[in-house]
Amino acid sequence: MMDWYPFFNSLRIALISSVIVFFGGILAAYYIARLHPVLKGILDVALTLPLVLPPTVVGYFLLMLLGPKRPVGAWFLENFHMRLVMTWYSGIFAAAVVAFPLMYRTARGAFESFDETLAFSGQTLGLSNAYIFWRIRMPACRQGILAGGVLAFARALGEYGATSMIAGYTPGRTATISTTVYQLWRTDNDALAFRWVAVNVAISAAVLIAVNLLEKRERASRRSAGRG
Amino acid sequence: MSLYVDIKKDLGGFVLETKFQAKEGVTGILGASGCGKSVTLRCIAGILKPNEGRIELDGTVFFDSRKKINLKPQKRRVGFLFQNYALFPNMTVRQNLLAALKPYEKDKKKAAQAIEAMAAKFCLEGLEKHKPQQLSGGQQQRVALARIFLSKPRILLLDEPFSALDDFLKWKLELELASLLEEFSGSALFVSHSREEIYRVCDRVCVMDQGKSSPVIPVKELFEAPRSRAAAVLSGCKNFSGARLAGEGRIYAEDWGVTLRYAGEIPEGFNCIGVRSHYIHPVAKEEAAGRENAFCCGILRVVEDVFSTVAILRPKGAAPAAGDGRIRVEMPKESWQEFCRRENVTDELWIQMDGKDIMALYGGE
Repeated sequence: MMDWYPFFNSLRIALISSVIVFFGGILAAYYIARLHPVLKGILDVALTLPLVLPPTVVGYFLLMLLGPKRPVGAWFLENFHMRLVMTWYSGIFAAAVVAFPLMYRTARGAFESFDETLAFSGQTLGLSNAYIFWRIRMPACRQGILAGGVLAFARALGEYGATSMIAGYTPGRTATISTTVYQLWRTDNDALAFRWVAVNVAISAAVLIAVNLLEKRERASRRSAGRG
Repeated sequence: MSLYVDIKKDLGGFVLETKFQAKEGVTGILGASGCGKSVTLRCIAGILKPNEGRIELDGTVFFDSRKKINLKPQKRRVGFLFQNYALFPNMTVRQNLLAALKPYEKDKKKAAQAIEAMAAKFCLEGLEKHKPQQLSGGQQQRVALARIFLSKPRILLLDEPFSALDDFLKWKLELELASLLEEFSGSALFVSHSREEIYRVCDRVCVMDQGKSSPVIPVKELFEAPRSRAAAVLSGCKNFSGARLAGEGRIYAEDWGVTLRYAGEIPEGFNCIGVRSHYIHPVAKEEAAGRENAFCCGILRVVEDVFSTVAILRPKGAAPAAGDGRIRVEMPKESWQEFCRRENVTDELWIQMDGKDIMALYGGE
């Protein structure tokens, strides 16, 4: 009998962190594009770094920030009696930071290909900036933004390095699919490790197939619209 | 109805300095690509912010750098027709029109009535459920204009509405737009790089060159009597020569090496002349002696155009170093062929121009 805890834990970490990253990435992409070029360059590098840094380095930074004796971690411990590391939700921090650049960059790409004259014409028609953002810009960029969200979810699901540092591996408490695979392989339980590998591959493949179907439908609807 | 614009904006390569006043009717802004005419429109709409200056429409200050006034585009109520019409692609025609009413009309029933009336006026019945991509160029323009009129603008800004279209469609849409503009009670600014469009659509025109605007003048005046070389180029003139006064009623055309009779006005800063290609006539050698402003040219090249023949000439008297000194003569194909047969033209051609067709101009290239 397989213990499914790692599966559910991975899923909830990935879901919560990708929701955070989804909205955070959209807002960041929208507002950073409007900043002064120097500030924009700095923030762009800072927010994209987790994409290219080894996850262990990200984990190190997170521990430096969230550890019980570190600034943010200590503050939370004192005021909310909450430990931010070595709990199940610690994985959310790791997954969110690592998946953020994927969402941020795809959303930015989608916004950059947006025809700004649409926003301008909205403004001259007297429409509020909020209306223009939600009713014109977002629908026009929907495809890119959804693709970014799904990619971020897939990446969050597969997070290992930073998660293992900040959440560790405690069966039934902080175990995720990726940390479980490593633990099982390390303890020579190849058969069970293989089953978790299969689960992981199946989920990731399903997510990618969903992305492809989404894009295909989008293209098809655009084609039929163009034909009329 | 009066629009006052006096702004400066740094565009990187050059500084845009526009100053003009537009009254009722359609005022054209004519200029080559990249001269800053679209930027001027965008500054008026509030999409771009000038570095300094003042924009005012009928007593409402849109922008004043000294008083630190910069009205939001939403508050200016200008109708801006974009080159690509900027219809919202995710919305149907009806939703596009509804969006324009959203800031003004809260009553849904009234909004529906207004849209119905506007759709009838712009011949959009039956297209309400279509998405913009499903419409033809002409339909898109009508939707864009209907949307603009629904928002009750105080002034219309038209940014090269025909430049992306092929000739036939352009002609059709221009007629449509002209009749719609007649119904619009406010004034309109029409930006274009095409002198023909400006001539047909506008009442008055402001010529822009390298970010500098010249005073607004009636369209007819621009085409009949341009003052600056830039205006003459934009009005379609192709023959220019550096020039100076050479005694009473005479001008010496430096690049052509000839002295010409000219009786008209001489503008301030006069330094060149221009003559339109179709005002230059070939003449028989024997007749030339008795005619004013006749001189002999070498034929450099003869180009067959669709309906006309263009001869590129070089005056015999032109100094080799002076400018390029070329003259372009354009005439109907048959006339050219007949003239060649009669006069046995080989490599020389006598040409003549009337003094009244010479334009005395100022300004560099």
